[in-house]
Amino acid sequence: MDWGFVGAAVPDLLSGLRYTLLATALGYVLALVLGLAVVIVRRGAPRVVATPVFWVMEFIRSTPLLVQLFFVFYVLPSAGVSLSPLTAGIIALGVHYAAYTAEVYRSGLDGVPTGQWEAARALSLPGGRTWGAVVLPQAVRRVIPALGNYLIAMFKDTPLLFAITVPELLFEANRLGGENFKYLETISAVGVLFIAVSVLSAAGIRLLERRYAAV
Amino acid sequence: MPQSDDNNSAEVPKAREAEEQPLVRFENVVKRYGDNVVLDELDFNVLPGQRVTLIGPSGSGKTTILRLLMTLEQVDDGVIWVDGDPLSHMYRNGALVRASQKHQRGVRKKIGMVFQQLNLFPNMTVRRNITEAPVHTLGMSRDEADERAAELLEMVGLADRIDEHPTRLSGGQQQRVAIARALAMRPEILLLDEVTSALDPELVAGVLDVLREIARTTDITMLAVTHEMGFAKDVSHRVLMFDRGQIVEDGPPERIFSEPREERTKSFLHAVLEAG
Amino acid sequence: MDFFVESLPIYLNGAWYTLLITVGGCALAFVISMVVGVVGTLRNVLARVVALAYVEVFRGVAALVLMFWLFYALPLLTGYRLEPVLAAILALGLNVGAYGAENVRGAINAVPRGQYEAGIALNFEPVQRMRLVILPQAWAQMLPTFGNLIIELMKGSAVVSLIAVSDLTFVAQQMRTFSGQTLLAFLGALVMYFVIAQVFQFLMRLAERRANRRLGRDLDKPLFRRAASATGGTSKGGEP
Repeated sequence: MDWGFVGAAVPDLLSGLRYTLLATALGYVLALVLGLAVVIVRRGAPRVVATPVFWVMEFIRSTPLLVQLFFVFYVLPSAGVSLSPLTAGIIALGVHYAAYTAEVYRSGLDGVPTGQWEAARALSLPGGRTWGAVVLPQAVRRVIPALGNYLIAMFKDTPLLFAITVPELLFEANRLGGENFKYLETISAVGVLFIAVSVLSAAGIRLLERRYAAV
Repeated sequence: MPQSDDNNSAEVPKAREAEEQPLVRFENVVKRYGDNVVLDELDFNVLPGQRVTLIGPSGSGKTTILRLLMTLEQVDDGVIWVDGDPLSHMYRNGALVRASQKHQRGVRKKIGMVFQQLNLFPNMTVRRNITEAPVHTLGMSRDEADERAAELLEMVGLADRIDEHPTRLSGGQQQRVAIARALAMRPEILLLDEVTSALDPELVAGVLDVLREIARTTDITMLAVTHEMGFAKDVSHRVLMFDRGQIVEDGPPERIFSEPREERTKSFLHAVLEAG
Repeated sequence: MDFFVESLPIYLNGAWYTLLITVGGCALAFVISMVVGVVGTLRNVLARVVALAYVEVFRGVAALVLMFWLFYALPLLTGYRLEPVLAAILALGLNVGAYGAENVRGAINAVPRGQYEAGIALNFEPVQRMRLVILPQAWAQMLPTFGNLIIELMKGSAVVSLIAVSDLTFVAQQMRTFSGQTLLAFLGALVMYFVIAQVFQFLMRLAERRANRRLGRDLDKPLFRRAASATGGTSKGGEP
């Protein structure tokens, strides 16, 4: 182990980390919004729309994120949409995880007891108030820990962006390792960093679970 | 100190020979949950063949006594003896130290227990519920265990259900299987922890009848926690009234139920009979 | 259409590698799940700490990072280079095994306390209690999450294409380069992944059904799902 080299590699690794965090943050926001759209369509739209949406989500959930990344990165440009690697990565992450956040929202809504809907109707609350004041506040509490878990999961999936040349952590580690033949130092450093983030965030999730009910 | 009838046993027919070695002995047993003292320096003996009913308000420590005997809980202080051997402790270099799990397994062979919550194994048929432990822990052959299971099921009136799944049986039937399962281990002591409390009222009688039959035909030692006062009167040699982790009154059922001496026993019996 | 007819054998060959790595990874992950999961339920504090450390470390590193480490970094330490397929199986098995161990631990702890106590009352030794009473009951509860993990592992196996194992993803990349049919090249692979996943999910539902029946439960899920009634198989394995 050449610890001096690890030290020298820190600035490059940090620049990689910036891309990792950026992709996670933007991908996550996209997943949250898209997932909500999906769940609204599946609940509200007629069956001819809702059923295909279900199968598309099922398709996304049962195929590899890596291939989806390639798909967005190579296929969209051939259809005339030109994307930077980072943008393609964010889109793929967001769409992939939307298939999961939609399920979280759904189970959160299903978890609101029917009595609550009935009570809202008994008070003849308008639809908007029923959602805004009764259902959503209860559903949101239930889904927070699960959504937190998907944030961590997405963070752990960002090294895949390496495959479409986004200069994130693993990309930088691999590049530095290759140039200097010091894979051991650089990849170990990335691994340790991921473990550290994972352990800390798992503790954070446990805190969330204690504060909010799990789905 | 508890008001006791002269060495726990003066009025108890089974126990006339005063030198007879107790089968169960609690010696200054203390059990706490946090700050809550459940058993407070409890002392009592049970002689071989005695059938003892433990009564008292909930939280008085009755169930804890059974759980300590079954080693589901460990004492905080004091020693429990079974048939002259320490259960909560063991000898090492002549001194009593905390029992290892292995030591407890050796001693608790003599004890069987039936639970309030039935606790049959849902992953096994009735037959395997009864035979699995004798085969694996007593080294009984499958054939012998099967034969014994058939006999025991006959006794509890469920011979035709031997290959049934426990979830297909009513609560009362499940509890009768649980009794058969406990007896299959040939215990010397049978612990009954509110065995009818979780059952629908119409199923209680069937279970109690089985227990009466066991009392009539065997000389197994019984410790029963129950709210069924009629059953306690019929079956037991001796009733122990508990309150706040101590024995308040100790005597034969005829006397305790008809002329309780302690105020706490009176009010408890009054409340129970009122409710029942 | 011609594209698919001509390239089907190549895709099937890729699917073979994907299956090989999935099955190998699952076998390793299953063994790890059981051992680490059971150790995590023991009363011994040291045993629990070891299990917890395993789970935290191998859940923390993504399979891709772990695979790169095994493939590029480990040889510098040991002087011995792992076969790419082996590195992939190890990385996926170690990673998914950590999630599986949490699943096993949770399922064991979810067996009602009374079942342990009945096991003690019948004087089973701890190992017998676990083998005869606890694990058979926990099994039904483990299966749905194991099903999700199998799918996760199958999807995760795509990373082996990055160390030049010619799995489905690698084949898709090659087809893109050679045929120039970008859309079809990836669509072919995606559809095959989807089919494999559906087969695995079907098998797992069969297994769940059997396990529940053994416990005398009849709350069977339908074997064939319809969109309206779809439940289960929808969470990323190990993430609750």
